[in-house]
Amino acid sequence: MFDHRYEKDVAITGIGQSEVGRPSSKSAMRLTLEACLEAIADAGLTREDVDGVACWPGDNNNGDPFSPIGPSALKSALGLNVNWFGAGYEGPGPLSGVINGAMAIAAGLCRHVLVFRTITEASARLTNKQAGALSAKTQGRDSSHAWQWFTPFNVHSGINLMALYAQRHFHEYGTRPEQLAQIALTCRANAQRNPRAIYRTPMTMDDYMASRMISSPLRMFDCDVHCDASTAIVLSRRDVARDTRQQPIRIEAMGAALDQPWSWDQISLTQMAAFDVGRMMWARTDYTPSDVGSAQLYDGFSILTMIWLEALGLCPNGESGAFVEGGKRISLTGQLPINTNGGQLSGGRTHGLGYVHEACLQLWGRADGRQTRPHSVAAVAAGGGPLGGSLLLARD
Amino acid sequence: MPRKLPALTADNRAFWQGGEHGQLLIHHCDACARFFHPPSPICPRCASFDVRPRAVSGKGSVASFTVNYQQWTPELETPFVVAIIELIEQPGLRFLSNVVGCDPLSVSIGMRVQVRFEHVEDVWLPLFGKDQ
Repeated sequence: MFDHRYEKDVAITGIGQSEVGRPSSKSAMRLTLEACLEAIADAGLTREDVDGVACWPGDNNNGDPFSPIGPSALKSALGLNVNWFGAGYEGPGPLSGVINGAMAIAAGLCRHVLVFRTITEASARLTNKQAGALSAKTQGRDSSHAWQWFTPFNVHSGINLMALYAQRHFHEYGTRPEQLAQIALTCRANAQRNPRAIYRTPMTMDDYMASRMISSPLRMFDCDVHCDASTAIVLSRRDVARDTRQQPIRIEAMGAALDQPWSWDQISLTQMAAFDVGRMMWARTDYTPSDVGSAQLYDGFSILTMIWLEALGLCPNGESGAFVEGGKRISLTGQLPINTNGGQLSGGRTHGLGYVHEACLQLWGRADGRQTRPHSVAAVAAGGGPLGGSLLLARD
Repeated sequence: MPRKLPALTADNRAFWQGGEHGQLLIHHCDACARFFHPPSPICPRCASFDVRPRAVSGKGSVASFTVNYQQWTPELETPFVVAIIELIEQPGLRFLSNVVGCDPLSVSIGMRVQVRFEHVEDVWLPLFGKDQ
């Protein structure tokens, strides 16, 4: 029994998402409740069925718009009685809530775990443009284990770190700006078919090239768009998921490995945590990359999507530039549709769980207006630098 | 240019203050005869506590860089260069810094650089300029 891959005992049975506002007039809790109740109903369950709650990164007791609501607040608001709940920043990135929730079910602690992710960065920026700056994470001198190595050199945003990865990718593999542009252009084209997406006006290559350079080689259109939104999914033990409304989506495999230092500058600049994550995920399944029918790959910054394509073996190592060139291959009708709801670049920075929501819509054939050809296996990956996690989702 | 300064600890003090005597001090494990960064009380490779800061040459090369154009704060002087510098002492021995004293657009991967220190309060920031 000790080599059993326990995530296979877990399935996604329901999904929900609030409006995606820039900003929203609703409170963080209101957005969260709308997403969570929609997910519970979508699974054909009631509040009483939920016996676990998970989230990433959860409430840090500081009202951070990056994560204003955690499992504790939600549990109380919804009157849930739970066997287990948990959250925390440290872990394999934005998919940590899903991974932890699946483990709680596999360990026998819970039957149905509600996983959610709420973010209110759009409204936070109305009052404070520096909200979320790395230099604002600590008061006075920088005492944080990770950021003290960067803020003294005027790294105020993660984009400087991602730009270092992008520049190195360009240098080692000959990746070009017009190739990187295809991530932004593809997301925008998909967003035009998603009524919930934030940016829906057409974007051309000229628009992309004319967009402001923020941190070379990354431009404004390589950065995701802040929003106010909440996304939720219900994870269920597969043997109790038989009565749910729709066919459960199995968690076929998870990736969460980190075989390098947890660091933004000591980690491999071209592989990040992502390659460790990909290796682990494929070691836990008989499926192969050629089985993947759609991929939702983290695009907090466009270069990260490129690295995830390689890390999950969806294209050869170092060849993501050629793979996405022209955009056809990764379009809705292409060989591997990616970020089909517009991703975070144009859809909105729902941060992690939005990708799982979209993957499920595609697998269930519910992605109205942007549905790809029917397929039964989808890959989801989220994170950059030392943060990274992935899921292989399968419909029978 | 204003900078947020690091909080000094017993572990990181040598790195941030070595410049007072013109030295770039990097932690070295005497048990496995290798440098490592960031500084820590234990060698992450062999788990020995037999570690201490040692002066390195201050010479290195640009492993990657970015020219930052965004005005994140009103006081920031843009554009400026953020880079990862790999030191000549050991492959993979590197840290993030700024390349200064040259046209930002003249910086390239592989460019040879030499440390220079910027003194602010009790910190000597190891920045890098073109190696002449």
